[in-house]
Amino acid sequence: MGIFTRCANPCSPCGALYLANGTRAKFWRRDKGSKSVKDILCDALIVGGGLSGISAALALDAVGLSVTVIDRVPVETHVAAGHDGRTTAISQSSKRMLVRLGVWDALPEAPCAIDDIRVREGGSPLFLQFDHEDAGPDPMGFILDNGSLKAGLYRAAATRPGIRIVSPASVERLERNGEAATAILADGRRITAQLAVAADGRGSPTRRAAGLRITELSYDQTAITCTVTHERPHDHVAFEHFRPAGPFAMLPLNDAADGTHQSCLVWSERTGAANALMGLTDGEFDLEMQRAFGESLGRLRVTGKRWAYPLGLIHAERYIDRRLVLVGDAAHGIHPIAGQGFNLGLRDIAALADTIEDARRIGLDFGSAPVLEKYQRWRRFDVMTMIAATDGLNRLFSNDSAAVRLLRDAGLGLVQRVGPLKRAFMRGAMGTLGTLPRLMQDPARH
Amino acid sequence: MNQKNAVASTIDPDDVARFSAVAAEWWDMQGPFAPLHKFTPVRLGLIREWLSDHFVLSETAEVPFDGLKLLDIGCGGGLISEPLTRLGAAVTGIDADERTIGTAQVHAEQTGLEIDYRTCLAEDLAAEMPGAFDAVIASEVIEHVADPELFVASLAKLVRPGGAVFVTTLNRTMKSLLFGKFAAEYVLRWVPAGTHDWRQFLTPEELRALLTEAGLVMAEKTGIRFDPLGDTFERSSDLGINYAMLAVRPKAA
Repeated sequence: MGIFTRCANPCSPCGALYLANGTRAKFWRRDKGSKSVKDILCDALIVGGGLSGISAALALDAVGLSVTVIDRVPVETHVAAGHDGRTTAISQSSKRMLVRLGVWDALPEAPCAIDDIRVREGGSPLFLQFDHEDAGPDPMGFILDNGSLKAGLYRAAATRPGIRIVSPASVERLERNGEAATAILADGRRITAQLAVAADGRGSPTRRAAGLRITELSYDQTAITCTVTHERPHDHVAFEHFRPAGPFAMLPLNDAADGTHQSCLVWSERTGAANALMGLTDGEFDLEMQRAFGESLGRLRVTGKRWAYPLGLIHAERYIDRRLVLVGDAAHGIHPIAGQGFNLGLRDIAALADTIEDARRIGLDFGSAPVLEKYQRWRRFDVMTMIAATDGLNRLFSNDSAAVRLLRDAGLGLVQRVGPLKRAFMRGAMGTLGTLPRLMQDPARH
Repeated sequence: MNQKNAVASTIDPDDVARFSAVAAEWWDMQGPFAPLHKFTPVRLGLIREWLSDHFVLSETAEVPFDGLKLLDIGCGGGLISEPLTRLGAAVTGIDADERTIGTAQVHAEQTGLEIDYRTCLAEDLAAEMPGAFDAVIASEVIEHVADPELFVASLAKLVRPGGAVFVTTLNRTMKSLLFGKFAAEYVLRWVPAGTHDWRQFLTPEELRALLTEAGLVMAEKTGIRFDPLGDTFERSSDLGINYAMLAVRPKAA
């Protein structure tokens, strides 16, 4: 085996020499004669070009790695309107990270700020109000549709010379040994890197091929999501209504161009009931939605398509394997009850970037087992806490027993009255609790 | 290349035999050298920081050691030699055991790193290449040598005037007997029983005296402790178990 291999970036083969472990050789020269466009050598290869994959590419680029992203779906499809009907909640610390990675300023539209969260439970008259003033001057978080977020991510990635996106392309198999990971694409191209990152979602084929097992829990709940217009302005308030069948959330969106007020509905129901709701006409659906939500925003109307997503919990038993690391939904899919899915994935990515940066600082092989173990230890604790919280919250509220109801009401009242407890809850939801990776840290506090 | 007999002056032949038995397992992170792998980040962090301070190198450069000639004594499988090479240094790694050096060479080739590995003893290299290195590293070695005085004198001879010597080792205290030897060898089974002879451990005062005697001036020292929650070693003000020291060879002789 030769020690050096030559850079064969299909876009611009620069002739740079790379060590077999993917690091760029100290001395390299341009070689105009190089014709090979088949193989790519880089520091990290990422399987999956969704929200997590592109975020990971940007974060690893920010700590100095050359990155190749492989995705089945072409970029144009990702950013086309209507490809992904969901919205994403973005916490304060996630926002800081997106600002640092150049994504925030590349977003086609500003995300809608959430200033207050109003929580209501079943038929109970009790209201729990989380006003951001309780936790500090910043908004609680932001709501953005996935299409806009992806557009911002792809725009930011396009400005980074160290990021290469190979799509549409599918990974036929991933070969991993002690020194490197090589993705062999269906068209025969080989992409070799010091580390492979699986960001290919909940069903992660990469995770399955690696034999990493998951714990799975189905909630028999389906979330219906769509954009809703309403008569009265939302005043940047998010409503979360815990009902026996599942949470019902109305999340503020920016007013449409013509001034129409709008929000995003995330309505969880038992799967049977959800299917029935999906079968209704828009007019019938409007009536059901109005009955469930009440009159506080005036008349509600669904606009555009309704999307249904079955809810379930998955958690990988290990986040790492030889020269492989899982991030985002490939590692864990949680209940959307607290809107933490994307934020949790971003924390994986920021922690991975930190761990890799620390390793490189002292010359360690950043794809080696001790480095990956550090990442896993850091993330598993945080993720388990979040799973316990969201799963517990869902079980607590999706339950109609009188005893549980009594406890719940007492609990909500208690949280409302006890300032420090409420602040802790809010900081948790805002993503500022625990050890924050550097990409997410608040410069004012560090 | 030197092919010295292991039964030479400073190396304890019993130690060489023990390490040879597990030479091929050096790079198995879950293998017998797992604790050394765990110990590696903290010592590399100290080397990077102390040498950067001493030689006034960039704190942010990707290859801060570019241009430095470093010697890693008792390099084993290359746990320190490889990272130092990635940081830009030209590294020579020596070990008394031929099979260990073989393991290190094979691994460096697999990872595409160029390292000058030799089977030899510090005192022999000192006679051959006096003053050839900007810095000399002896990490977790001195507790295994039969004649620490001769060993430290060799370190002083190998480093150039104005260069630095980096040492890590175990203290000889009740705590180190308990945690450094009994816990590591018998309870946690981190290292094979009998790896360390506690009576051979040096206290920081004794090491400092040896360094001074060899004409070196101590510049830095710190304790290193194990954090069981984080499963990592960290710097500590307590020098009771593991500790590190940096000594400088004065410019004018």
